[in-house]
Amino acid sequence: MGIKFSLLSVVALVLAVFLGVKAAGLTYFFGVVIPYIAIFTFIGGFTFRILKWARTPVPFSIPTTAGQQKSLPWIKHSKLDNPSTPAGVVGRMILEVLLFRSLFRNTKLEKYDGPKLAYQWEKWLWLFAILFHYSFLVIFVRHLRFFTEPVPGFVHALDSVDGMLQIGLPGLYISDLVFIAAVTFLFLRRVVIPQVRYISLPADYFPLFLLLALGLSGILMRYFTKVDILKVKELALGIVTFHPVIPEGIGVLFFIHLFLICTLFIYFPFSKLMHLGGVFLSPTRNMPNDSRIIRHINPWNYPVKTHTYEEYEDHFREKMIEAGLPVEKE
Amino acid sequence: MAKVPKPSELLLDYALPKAEWMDTKPDFRPGTWCYPGKAKNLDVLQLPHAREWNPPDEDWKLPSNWKEIIFEGLRDCLDKYRSLRIFMDVCVRCGACADKCHFYIGSGDPKNMPVLRAELLRSIYRKEFTTAGKVLGKIAGARELTEDVVKEWFYYFFQCTECRRCSVFCPYGIDTAEITIIGRELLNLLGLNIDWVVGPAANCFMNGNHLGIQPHAFKDMIEFFVDEIEAVNGVRVEPTFNRKGAEILFITPSGDVFADPGTYTLMGYLMLFHEIGLDYTWSTYASEGGNFGLFTNHDTMKKLNAKMYAEAKRLGVKYIIGGECGHMWRVVNQYMDTMNGPADFLEVPVSPITGTVFENARSTKMIHIVEFTADLIKNGKLKLDPSRNDHHNVTYHDSCNPARGMGFFDEPRYVIQNVCNNFHDMPPNTIREQTFCCGSGSGLNTDEFMEMRMRGGLPRANAVRHVHDKYGVNMLSTICAIDRAVLTPLMDYWVPGVGVTGVHELVGNALVMEGETERTTDLRGEPLAGMEDIENEDV
Repeated sequence: MGIKFSLLSVVALVLAVFLGVKAAGLTYFFGVVIPYIAIFTFIGGFTFRILKWARTPVPFSIPTTAGQQKSLPWIKHSKLDNPSTPAGVVGRMILEVLLFRSLFRNTKLEKYDGPKLAYQWEKWLWLFAILFHYSFLVIFVRHLRFFTEPVPGFVHALDSVDGMLQIGLPGLYISDLVFIAAVTFLFLRRVVIPQVRYISLPADYFPLFLLLALGLSGILMRYFTKVDILKVKELALGIVTFHPVIPEGIGVLFFIHLFLICTLFIYFPFSKLMHLGGVFLSPTRNMPNDSRIIRHINPWNYPVKTHTYEEYEDHFREKMIEAGLPVEKE
Repeated sequence: MAKVPKPSELLLDYALPKAEWMDTKPDFRPGTWCYPGKAKNLDVLQLPHAREWNPPDEDWKLPSNWKEIIFEGLRDCLDKYRSLRIFMDVCVRCGACADKCHFYIGSGDPKNMPVLRAELLRSIYRKEFTTAGKVLGKIAGARELTEDVVKEWFYYFFQCTECRRCSVFCPYGIDTAEITIIGRELLNLLGLNIDWVVGPAANCFMNGNHLGIQPHAFKDMIEFFVDEIEAVNGVRVEPTFNRKGAEILFITPSGDVFADPGTYTLMGYLMLFHEIGLDYTWSTYASEGGNFGLFTNHDTMKKLNAKMYAEAKRLGVKYIIGGECGHMWRVVNQYMDTMNGPADFLEVPVSPITGTVFENARSTKMIHIVEFTADLIKNGKLKLDPSRNDHHNVTYHDSCNPARGMGFFDEPRYVIQNVCNNFHDMPPNTIREQTFCCGSGSGLNTDEFMEMRMRGGLPRANAVRHVHDKYGVNMLSTICAIDRAVLTPLMDYWVPGVGVTGVHELVGNALVMEGETERTTDLRGEPLAGMEDIENEDV
């Protein structure tokens, strides 16, 4: 159900913009109005989500310790997997955010008769997750050439590295290939591995289809229908300089591509894609394991009714005296 | 009580049901759930809606406004715990956690995959607290809160041991222990708990320890071990109780006072403290290291934990040493100071024997007995004869809580390797931060749950069997009282021939004490290696 619904949703989005532009001529709506809505929804929604998380207190110090604690000086401390200082936490977070450290630990369970269990090497999910995120980042940065004039040097540099294969004209980007391959892998494993398929929701398939459609429309535009780059840039610059224009003669494929990325931006803050922000705030990762060294403060800490020593002694006094245990009141 | 199937009959089936998970219900089959919390125990702990009820029954006698209670409780938790809010929102269902859970591995029940355990709660969160869930319903992964959902929560939040193994592998650090802790917090609002948790918690509240041992009996029991030690090596140790002015308060789980093999670990403590001449006292009021409040709700955890500092203050000690216990150290390391501190009436712990300052406990003023002993050994303050453990071929089980809630890995290994000649670690995927739970933690160490315990303990047992077959390991050491109690039946079930010991039992065996008679047996009265004949002659 999840797959079909998500696929149909993406097809419907594509059809909507196709009809909207081709039949109804809503180029201004799809080329200007929607992008502005998308940008503001994304910025507003993302900020709102982060603030909502950040305003919720962290009552206890609950890092997941994945290495040796800071202990006696002669015991080797695992500074990155079990940091005890803010600097260590920064290191742990860098590994987590940039290299997906935790996912790299992944193993796969194998069951043999007996029953006997073994844990096999399984880095494919990590590898394709890394490939997906970095290729997406490269593609995102490359697109800055449409929004900047003059185009910054690093965008040019990235462009030439990404296109270094020099196959075809316009030159093939490595990131395009990697992106499509990675999204396809992430989709296939969701369908093929029974457990993953069982836990998958429409909200897991939808972004994958959306990204696939986004990538394919971009590739079609660049390598096959060969959209007029100058006109696209005119439109893009118009949006970021708040002087929106719709140049004549941009193909409908461009509007499809633009609408899909806008959908992604609008969808982002309300979805699991917010893991982009959430990973930075996850208390099991971003806290130092120093709660025996420095008292962690719980802002809503309140007193509770305890059973005091006095109540305890009142209850057991005679038995305690008889057993020769010291008491406060004879 | 449920009959436990033999190991050969225990099928591991990872086939998935045809129906989607929202459409399946748990089967309250004997052996897979724990007896419900008795009303009298809930009353002691001032928990709401105490009543007699039974999980397999259709009617759970929920309070009439139970839905409101849950929504109100969930809203409250969402406002109090950033962890919950983030863990509700960011999961991408990549499935990396799925085969990391010992209960999933041992049961094959898909709802024991950590991701689905969390979805049980997330689906309700989405329906009530997110726009997408309200509008799109099932398509957004949302569902209505029904009595069946509550029953499912009870079943699966008491099939999780809060071991945090999944959280090591999660790319966003989503911690199922947090989900389960809060899930149980919500269930407690409806008076739903298990008696193996609230019984001990109520005992601890009133009598000072989970087992309900009263002060005079506590003293008697410890003194029994004084005699036992004397029988082994002729040395008479002299523990004191509730003594004001002692330098150190020692607190350990009461399980070690009560049942083998934990009792031998307790003998090890007594011997060690006597040998180094430590000025310490036991307390009958704070006679529990463990904290079954952690498995109830945050308030109960705080109530039970409060005794440690209160007693340290009353007795006027300088600091606290804590014994070998798993979840006790989760609480001491990650909750105690926050909940019941600051302990400004105590001093930064300094070993009176070595002068070492325990900077890593500068605020809590509580150190782990194994840290303390490791420091003694490193400074050459103990006379040890590791050959007295030569009849053991030892491996070490990292208990979940000191492992993933503290990072306590090398201290115990250092101690073990100084008191034993034969030590072999289990494979890397099954120890340290990747250690597997005993299958009985978080208050699930009860007999009626035995089938699930044997299932959940399989990954741990499987790794023990590996070193048993490869190196002839015959002794599994650990620093957790629940482990000592539950790994014994687990080993008997899956790996017969492997015993279970605490680290300080091994220390007690190896410790050469002043004035001791010639040792022919270990603390269990079993002959030392090379002494078998002498023992036989005695017989």
